[in-house]
Amino acid sequence: MSKAYSGLLGRKVGMTQLYLADKDLMVGVTVLDVSGNVVTAVKNAATPDGYHALQIGILDKKETRVSKALAGHFAKCNVKAKKFVKELRASAAVANAAVAGAELAVADFFQAGMLVDVVGTSKGRGFAGVMKRHNFRGFIRSHGTHEYFRHGGSIGTRLTPGMVLKGKKMPGHMGAARVTVQNLAVVKVDVDRGLVFVKGGVPGANGGYVIVRKAVKG
Amino acid sequence: MPTIREIEQELYAAKHNIDLRTGDTVKVHVRIREGEKSRVQIFEGTLIGMHRGGPRTTITVRKVSYGVGVERIFVLHTQTVDKIEVVSRYKVRRAKLYYLRDLTGKKARLKPMRGWRPTDAHSA
Repeated sequence: MSKAYSGLLGRKVGMTQLYLADKDLMVGVTVLDVSGNVVTAVKNAATPDGYHALQIGILDKKETRVSKALAGHFAKCNVKAKKFVKELRASAAVANAAVAGAELAVADFFQAGMLVDVVGTSKGRGFAGVMKRHNFRGFIRSHGTHEYFRHGGSIGTRLTPGMVLKGKKMPGHMGAARVTVQNLAVVKVDVDRGLVFVKGGVPGANGGYVIVRKAVKG
Repeated sequence: MPTIREIEQELYAAKHNIDLRTGDTVKVHVRIREGEKSRVQIFEGTLIGMHRGGPRTTITVRKVSYGVGVERIFVLHTQTVDKIEVVSRYKVRRAKLYYLRDLTGKKARLKPMRGWRPTDAHSA
């Protein structure tokens, strides 16, 4: 791959099933929309930045919603302000060849059969109890259990050590965090519409932003 | 961005748009693989139930073969179902015709829908 970007940005469309005729197999796939990736800045090791990277963005933002500082930044490379912007490290060759303002083609990155990592923001679960958050078993339902069905039980011992150990699994905020799923196989690529069919699930709700990059451990 | 439903509809349009109804007599062209070779066999019977589930849509076809009731459940969108065509249509009043299992002979007949002819929409 000559134009090997390290990844593209996209949105989760949703999940469906795909029938693989050659393997006679039905697989669950997530559809990702990775169209319209535009380079908004290029960082080069030769410049004061000191490293190679591409800043890319997707989806135009309403002009009224763009701060003047950001408007100036996007005007520099002559693109419309973007809603979702991320910087991804790139090889020297890619960074040198990249032009700010250029669109990154889906076909240059994705091929059926390759492995990718997908980074997304998981669905927020709010303040979750210990059963949902840490898969605790809860308490027995019968034999006189009183108001103790979904509790976590004991959180420590007595005078030694006389405190609750750090990292003790307790209720708290769950989800809405950055989650990476590694080594998802690309099953199908729809170049025209910029859709990628990836085997398995991807963090986040439908419509959520994701980063799709080449599998680190692939 | 297209919705997931739009994508699903496109992916499975071919067999999704067939006008199949419970009570139809259908010919299912079943692709049978024997090692390297594959051939097509026809399974003809009454459509006694459909499970509509997008890509997971299945149909249950019943026939009586040498006096033995045989039912097969086909996952519509797999290549096992090479082709499917509606032969004739019958008037039925329910979605699942499981009551046919308990009936034999003249009682197991359905009432034909008069004047019905298969069109292009009835095979794929």
